[in-house]
Order: sequence, then structure tokens, then C-alpha cells
Amino acid sequence: MSHHFDLIIIGAGPAGLAAAIYASRAAIKTLVIDESSAGGQVKTTHQVANYPGFIEPVSGHQLASNMKKQAEKYGTKFELAAEITDLNLVGAEKWVKADGETYTAKQIIISTGSSPRLLNVPGEKEFKGGGISYCATCDGEFYTGKDIVVVGGGNSAMEESLLLLQFVNSITVIHQFDALQAEKVTAEKMIQNPKVNILWSHEPRGFEKNGERMIITAENLKTKEMVTIERDGVFIFVGMLPNVDALKNTPLEFSKYGYIVTNENMETNIEGVYAAGDVRDKKYRQIATAVGDGTVASLEVIRKM
Amino acid sequence: MLQTNLEHVTSKEHLQQIIESNEKVAVCCGRMGPMCIPVYEVFEVFGEKYPDIKFMDMEFDNPEAAVIRSLPECSTFRGLPFTVYYRNGKVVKATTSIQNAKQIKEVIEEVLS
Repeated sequence: MSHHFDLIIIGAGPAGLAAAIYASRAAIKTLVIDESSAGGQVKTTHQVANYPGFIEPVSGHQLASNMKKQAEKYGTKFELAAEITDLNLVGAEKWVKADGETYTAKQIIISTGSSPRLLNVPGEKEFKGGGISYCATCDGEFYTGKDIVVVGGGNSAMEESLLLLQFVNSITVIHQFDALQAEKVTAEKMIQNPKVNILWSHEPRGFEKNGERMIITAENLKTKEMVTIERDGVFIFVGMLPNVDALKNTPLEFSKYGYIVTNENMETNIEGVYAAGDVRDKKYRQIATAVGDGTVASLEVIRKM
Repeated sequence: MLQTNLEHVTSKEHLQQIIESNEKVAVCCGRMGPMCIPVYEVFEVFGEKYPDIKFMDMEFDNPEAAVIRSLPECSTFRGLPFTVYYRNGKVVKATTSIQNAKQIKEVIEEVLS
């Protein structure tokens, strides 16, 4: 079955929801499609303290929920937890197929955001939640008094590691470079902690299990030597990747890191297609900048319609 | 208390009553954390898409959640949330850590369709 809208927004994070609020208030018939629920990464952020308008920190879940309700109030329709199976961005009439339905529109805003990067090595998916974790606050206490590995050396990895140190007996950091990329203050706290050991210039190549324990195989990037270590668990924090899998077969222009290239009006290289938020090639990725992107994209859509 | 729009399982007896009176039940047991919230929200959406399945949540730190935490199917789990699927009163599947809508749909098609 086919459903027509003036504007389809793919992605229900802050950029998509801001765009939806502006478009719906301008009486543009708007649909937001997301393969998950509304809110993007914000909904999973414990406390947001830097978004203007809230004197006390607001829970990310609450902020995301409010944004969705605000868009709904002005008439935005939502198709959430919908699997996008195909889409066409070219030509005057664009379409998106999701969960067996076809949605058409003349304008599309892509605001699919970004997701934590996986290592994509053997054993990672198989042992997720059974020895491999991606969230210190969620799973740290399962490793109380245990010895763990943290993969990554950026800000997220080190900040999560400092939290994990409240629970664990020891942390072995596996990092691909010979210096931590985290801010100096955070990095120094880790380096000076006696419970922390760092395997510099190493990358994990696979995970296996030995009973309850994890076997981690890592490669020394300088000598190519493989080392095997045994620990109780592994936490992985290796950055973010743009959510562009569904867009790979389109003529969209991507940066060398896989983000969608736009001009300052959020226009992509395809007429009638815009990108906003973390999926767009830009320097700063914050809730406020995502909302700004979504606003600009929507105002451009409104101006052209 | 979990801040979701799902019906909350509050006790062992409550869960027993739910799985006895509903053929298909899915319970997501977690906290209001980044791995759990996406699963609750997919459950909220799926509650409308799959009206024959009862989607619920349970607070992991509630002592009564031992009814989930101590299941043999969850004995090796070390990642929140613990999500358990029941059919005709019996556990037919359990998953650990975050799951996206596609993964949850696959589980539903595998054990609750």
C-alpha cells in the first residue's frame, strides 16, 4: 500500500524531530520513519546538562520523549521500529519502503544519526552480553572484583574506564596507538592508576571463551606478533559510525569517513534530499547542533514548498 | 520504577499470573540505562504491531526480579537488559544486552509467531 506525504524524515533523533516540528507547524504533511524508536542517542543519555532551556539536567529519555510529543502535537506521523527495505532518492517523486508499505514524498530529510562502532572481529557478536559489553554504567557491576579488558583510548573509553574502576580488580586497555587520545586529565588518571595496564599499539583480532572467561587475541601493530590474554570480560568503546547502510546504493555524496556531504542549507548533492544531525559531515556533533541542522533543513523544505 | 509506557511486572506472583493468562509474553528486565531504553521503546511500538503478544518490563533491581535473573536461561548473562520470551507459560527464548527492532522481530518470528 502506498502513502503520500509532503516530507519524509528518515531518523527520529533530535535533528529529525526538530525538522518534524518545524515542518508540521508549517502545515507540511510529514512522516518520520525510524528503524528504532524516537529519540536517537539522546534517549539513552542519562542526564543532559548542556541543552539550553533546562536549569537542572534533564534525562535524555525525557527530552527525547518531549520532542516526539511536540512533533505529534503539530501533526507529524510516525512509523517507528520499521525496517527500511528499499528507497529511491532520485527524481521528483521519492519513495521509501518499510515493513511492506511504500511511502512517497517530494522532499526527504535524512537524519539517521550515528551508532557505536563495532570491532567486527570473530566472537564479538556471539559474546555480546555474555562477556562483551558496550556500557560501563549498565554492565560494570557484573564484573565486580574481576579483571577486564577495555578496547579503545578515546574520551569515551577512558571515561567509561574510570567508572569501571569502581567495580573491577584490574583493567587492561588495548589501544591501537602509542598514546591515549582522551583529554589529558582523563588520560593521566588512567595511566597513573595502579589497577590499569595498557597494551599500546595493539588491536583485538578475535574473542573466544574458556568457561566463564574471555580469551582475547590481539595483534601488535608494530611487530605483527599475536598475543593472547585471558580476562573475565571485555568492554568496547571505539567511536561512532554514521548510520548509512540503507543509503549505500544511492547516488548520495559521502565524505571519506562515510558521512553525508551537505552545504550550509543541509542540501545534499541530490535535489530535494537533505541531511541533518550526526549523519552529516561536520565538526561538532551535539544535541544542539543536531537540532540546528534539522531546523535549517526543514526551513529550506518549507521555503521551497 | 521504570519510566516507560509498558505494563510493569511487579512480583513473581504477578509474572506467574501474566504467563498463565497470556499465551505469548515478552518481559524486558533492566534499568533506565542506554542498553535497556531502546528495548523498552521497541516493545512499546511492538505492543501495537503484535496485539497477541503481551509486552512488559520489570525493574532489574527489584528483589522480585530474581524470578528473571535466576532463570537457567539467563545464568551466563552479563549484559542488561535480560529479555525473556514466554509461550504457554514456559521460557522459549532469552536474550542479553541491547537488541534492535530487527533482532527483536526475528526472535518473535522464531518463537512467538
